[in-house]
Amino acid sequence: MAKKRMIQAINEALFEELERDPKVILFGEDVELAIMGDCRGLTERFGRNRIRNTPISEQSLTGMAVGAAAAGHRVILHLMFSNFIYTGMDAIGNQMAKMRLMSGGQAKLPITVIASYGGGGSNAAQHSDTAYPPLLNLGGINVLTPATPGDAKGLLKTAIRGNNPSFFMEAGGRGGEQGEVPDGEHLVPFGKATIARAGKDVTIVAIGSMLKPALQAAKELAAAGVDAEVIDPRTLVPFDDAAVLASLKKTGHLVICDEARERCSAASEIAAMVADRGFGLLKAPVKRVAVPNVCIPYAPNAEARVIPNAESIARTCRELTGRAAAA
Amino acid sequence: MSGTQTTVSHQDLMRLYEQMLLIRRTEERLRDENKAGNLPGAVHLYIGEEAIATGVCANLRATDMITSTHRGHGHYLAKGGDLNAMLAEIWAKSTGICKGMGGSMHVADFSKGILGANGIVGAGFAIATGAAYSAMLAGEGRIVVDFFGDGSSNQGTLMECLNIAALWQLPLVFVCENNTFSEFSPAKTVTAGVIADRARAFNIPTEVIDGNDVTAVWKAAKTAVERARSGGGPSFIEAHTYRIQGHLEAEDLFLGGQRYREPEEIESWKKKGPIEVTRKQLEAGGPAAVAQLQEIETRVMAKVDAAVRFAVESPPADPELAFSLMFDGRRP
Repeated sequence: MAKKRMIQAINEALFEELERDPKVILFGEDVELAIMGDCRGLTERFGRNRIRNTPISEQSLTGMAVGAAAAGHRVILHLMFSNFIYTGMDAIGNQMAKMRLMSGGQAKLPITVIASYGGGGSNAAQHSDTAYPPLLNLGGINVLTPATPGDAKGLLKTAIRGNNPSFFMEAGGRGGEQGEVPDGEHLVPFGKATIARAGKDVTIVAIGSMLKPALQAAKELAAAGVDAEVIDPRTLVPFDDAAVLASLKKTGHLVICDEARERCSAASEIAAMVADRGFGLLKAPVKRVAVPNVCIPYAPNAEARVIPNAESIARTCRELTGRAAAA
Repeated sequence: MSGTQTTVSHQDLMRLYEQMLLIRRTEERLRDENKAGNLPGAVHLYIGEEAIATGVCANLRATDMITSTHRGHGHYLAKGGDLNAMLAEIWAKSTGICKGMGGSMHVADFSKGILGANGIVGAGFAIATGAAYSAMLAGEGRIVVDFFGDGSSNQGTLMECLNIAALWQLPLVFVCENNTFSEFSPAKTVTAGVIADRARAFNIPTEVIDGNDVTAVWKAAKTAVERARSGGGPSFIEAHTYRIQGHLEAEDLFLGGQRYREPEEIESWKKKGPIEVTRKQLEAGGPAAVAQLQEIETRVMAKVDAAVRFAVESPPADPELAFSLMFDGRRP
């Protein structure tokens, strides 16, 4: 076990998997210069065939990932910002997600798409979205939302070795955050949530970038006498329903934190799942703490207003558990 | 047909004719079965365009790859796809090439490099470009052919993929089947300029040919395929042809009495069809050739009849597959 930065853990996963399997290739815009940091050193080590700069052609890059995978390679496509998922959506929605079923199971599509999401850097509306909700609706796409360096490394390695298309969602601007990364071979299975903090009064499901503010909120809540349990789902597809329901059995209260817009967010889907399968466990309505149904604005003060933070998460938990006065 | 020859012999032409006829008779049967209400989904037929798939695929190896269109039966058959499994797929049976999960618009056989017919017009550009990149990296001499129509040439991804194919010198042959119609719109009403000029702008070697002349297609494809295989990069063939059938069968239901072309035009093109033209050439070979053509007709009809029987008698698709096939290794 060693403390590593998020970006370093991702870089290690890429190095290890490219080293392990010569069929692994990586392409995307400006990957040679590792503009996003996570590809640093890959071109020098693996050369310009396996690590390849592409033109700015997202509509084709997603389709090319499908073609290269269908032809026998293990593809890593670096899409930079998750907003570009929209640009490349045709082949994601119509090919990547569907080709396996359409072909009667013939197509094997080992594709990992890396995309950075979220606001907080004044990158404005077109570079700050949390663009995984449309992916959740496609059916044939895994969606990974690691929140720690250890999980980032382990989930990325599992994705690259898998035979299904997976979107590896990097929380933007969090590359410098440190965390423990196990030494040696480290693979994290899909669909297994972790309990980031145990508690008995309220369950906070914190997706990806929301884990840090949720843990901060839990600390503040503890001071106010509310013992929060924080669940990190780690993957949205597949999703660990059982972990959320088990936690809810203890707490009876559920707050779901998601940096996506509230309408049709992952939080909405989790709320629906709980309404369906955990209704009897609920002592109060389910609360979502998400971005309101607006674009992410440029101005730092406006951005701070719409993106959930420790304060808004803690406030929601206090209101839900009836301890609002304690603050 | 061997890789070194440069002309099409009488017997080679017979083989090309038989391939074209298999596609034609199969699709005529699909046309009739559709009319009789025996098919669960729509079919888009390739009648009149058979020379292109046939002439191109005669130059390909089993390991080469193709991407196809919503009008894909001809490409699938010419690349060696199994007829029985294709018809069973169209009849939505468990013995279908895609186990009944894809249907006419998605016939694929990955084991034969057929990366699938595709319901999204122009989707093949990027899939073929990615496959060609993979083939280039693998260095095993495989090449990729991307079949697409004049209609899809107006998708922006054509420009993106021509750029990448030229820039990376990919082993890729773009084959534009200019069948004169973009769904229900005459090409001249939706497409500016010459489609092949779009490839010329990227310095990609280009040929514009008569797509109803199977020998011309074979020759142009041979040059392009050899270029791709020897590391010479992409080529672009624009093959002119004419779509005899509608955009899809039963299009009259959508048209509600409106017309986008005249019946006389269709009739005149029927006479210029690739099978009609090739048959005349072959008949010139004398009584032996005429007898051989009759044998081919009988053989092809028997294959089609047997395949339809196979499809009709096969068990229906297993609905459970909709769940088990979404992901490799788990249910959704």
